[in-house]
Amino acid sequence: MPPSATLAPDAIAASGSPPGLRRGSASGAMGDAIFAAACRIAGLLVLALLGAIIIGLFIGGLPAFRAFGFGFVFSTEWDPVQEVFGAGVSIYGTVITAVLALVLAVPLAFGVAFYLTELAPAWLRRPVGTAVELLAAVPSIIYGMWGFFLIVPFMAQTVQPFVIDTLGELPLIGDLFAGPPFGTGIFTAALILAIMVLPFIAATMRDVFETVPAVYKESAYGLGCTQWEVVRSVVLPYTRISVVGGIMLGLGRALGETMAVTFVIGNANRISTSLFGPGNTIASVIALEFGESELGSLKLSALLALGFLLFVISFIVLAASRFLLRQRRKA
Amino acid sequence: MSNRILALAAGLVASISLSMGAVAQQATITGAGASFPNPLYQKWGEAARSAINIQLNYQSVGSGAGQAQIRNRTVDFGASDAPMTAEQLQEHNLLQFPATMGSLVAIVNVPGVEDHKMRLTGEVLADIYLGKITKWNDPRLVEMNPGLSLPNLAIAPVYRADGSGTTFVWVSYLSAVSGDFKTRVGVGTSVRWPSGTGARGNEGVAGTVRNVRGAIGYVEHAYAMQNKLVTTQLRNRAGNYVEPTTAAFQAAAANADWTAPNFAASLIDTQGATSWPIVSPTFILLPRNPTDATRAQNVMKFFDWAFRSGDATATELDYIPVPEAVENAIRAAWATIQVDGKPVWPAN
Repeated sequence: MPPSATLAPDAIAASGSPPGLRRGSASGAMGDAIFAAACRIAGLLVLALLGAIIIGLFIGGLPAFRAFGFGFVFSTEWDPVQEVFGAGVSIYGTVITAVLALVLAVPLAFGVAFYLTELAPAWLRRPVGTAVELLAAVPSIIYGMWGFFLIVPFMAQTVQPFVIDTLGELPLIGDLFAGPPFGTGIFTAALILAIMVLPFIAATMRDVFETVPAVYKESAYGLGCTQWEVVRSVVLPYTRISVVGGIMLGLGRALGETMAVTFVIGNANRISTSLFGPGNTIASVIALEFGESELGSLKLSALLALGFLLFVISFIVLAASRFLLRQRRKA
Repeated sequence: MSNRILALAAGLVASISLSMGAVAQQATITGAGASFPNPLYQKWGEAARSAINIQLNYQSVGSGAGQAQIRNRTVDFGASDAPMTAEQLQEHNLLQFPATMGSLVAIVNVPGVEDHKMRLTGEVLADIYLGKITKWNDPRLVEMNPGLSLPNLAIAPVYRADGSGTTFVWVSYLSAVSGDFKTRVGVGTSVRWPSGTGARGNEGVAGTVRNVRGAIGYVEHAYAMQNKLVTTQLRNRAGNYVEPTTAAFQAAAANADWTAPNFAASLIDTQGATSWPIVSPTFILLPRNPTDATRAQNVMKFFDWAFRSGDATATELDYIPVPEAVENAIRAAWATIQVDGKPVWPAN
């Protein structure tokens, strides 16, 4: 029933009820009740679904947790033949690639957002902005193929031999760049991830930079501030929370990214001191090993346990970002 | 309007019953499992549709999943690269037989080394993958390759990162020839590699070997042929260096001991002066107590036809046909598949 019907004056007069009271309450009230219940179920369904996934993963991973105890999280063994499994290497790989990706992507994203909101001529803002958004729409398997067939040979034949021959010889930091130039590895994975999370961070930053009231910026310019000073002292403090939110969004995507990373990370269960060394991530191990894991085997259980841990890591990242933001808001 | 809906519905019903009639004439069988023989099964399936009126629906889901699906009887047959053990077959009441064979080759990327030129032994391969031999000019490699000038270049071993039957066969060979490899790594569809880097699938291994100077990897022979990769010679059990050719693969098949229970013959490092050392059969799993006699019969009809008229297709795709004597033994073994105490094969 359209709500305007209750306001029609002749209808109120005809029913004789006092103005302000609703007409046709029987069906209307029932409709409201049904609608409210449907909305409540929809809301609770999300919560139930999330809980069911966590519980499902935990129950699936229970045999592995029982067999290896708490040490599962730190153990660096992964030997399917002897049935000894540990998550240490893949947790390390997941965190290090995601953090490296942010180190590469955040300055670039800031540059893109700064350029688009402050520097770019008006006619260029739209096409560049749309291009950034389209970058986010590219399926991750495309990034994987592009990385494997273009970036990896480029790294293997040009970048890595050069870096290994120069920086690799230095004391202390030399270890970071040692090893054979496979082209794949932690660094290449981080590079691809950085390109993948860049549009998320850049788009968020651009949107929030645009929310800064023009009068604030103009006041600052009026006081004689340079463009950089305006961004540093006015725009960034005003948008800090949303900027951190955008970075966290990127981190969340980087942690769980599967296909693109699987193509370029080198897939070895070893912790290498070199950035060019092969490694693996939780998501890549699950993707690679799931197909040949037998039903009810300890290996399958270990993979489900890995999935549970990835869930926990993502949760910790989200909780930490919320906590940090609250601290800043108080200050 | 309701008339039009009625007419539409009637047309729909008619067309459905028509298409169902067409399907009913063609018997369908379903299978799932190993991805390695998938190209051959698809080709056989295509040809069988017109030749014997059987439509094959094969899902290439991996050996592990194939075993699981036939244990749960969700398909008419399972396919697996690794044979199941006698106890497993007994427990799940399954019959196992080889459908075809394939071979693995080592591929290398060493400057100045051409196809079929480098000589390798199983022991040296095992030590390369264990990280014990790290340079291409290692004295052992130089000694067995007097005709090549090998560079002072780091060896970069590449392996399959995804669990796969190919890895199972490769590590079976390395474990058979090297006690050290057997104790430190062992046999499985995925193992703990002490050195090197992993890549996804045959194409990933081939791509990485192509990109990295000094790399060595392993792929199925068919894949190496199609992509013109640089393969090597291997020393067989008799002590001869052999090139990866169809004749060498067939020699290995002929020299295998097919009397092994459940046809689980090992074609790894077989006897024979000209045998290629890394050949592997891929298996079909059939329930011994099928619920549907007709479908079970159609599966056997399909493989009987494939054994009789599919050899040319197999050779074309670089697979190795099962020897004829073994095919006859397989047909004899089908007699143990029974419904209500009566054998389903031969069909009558």
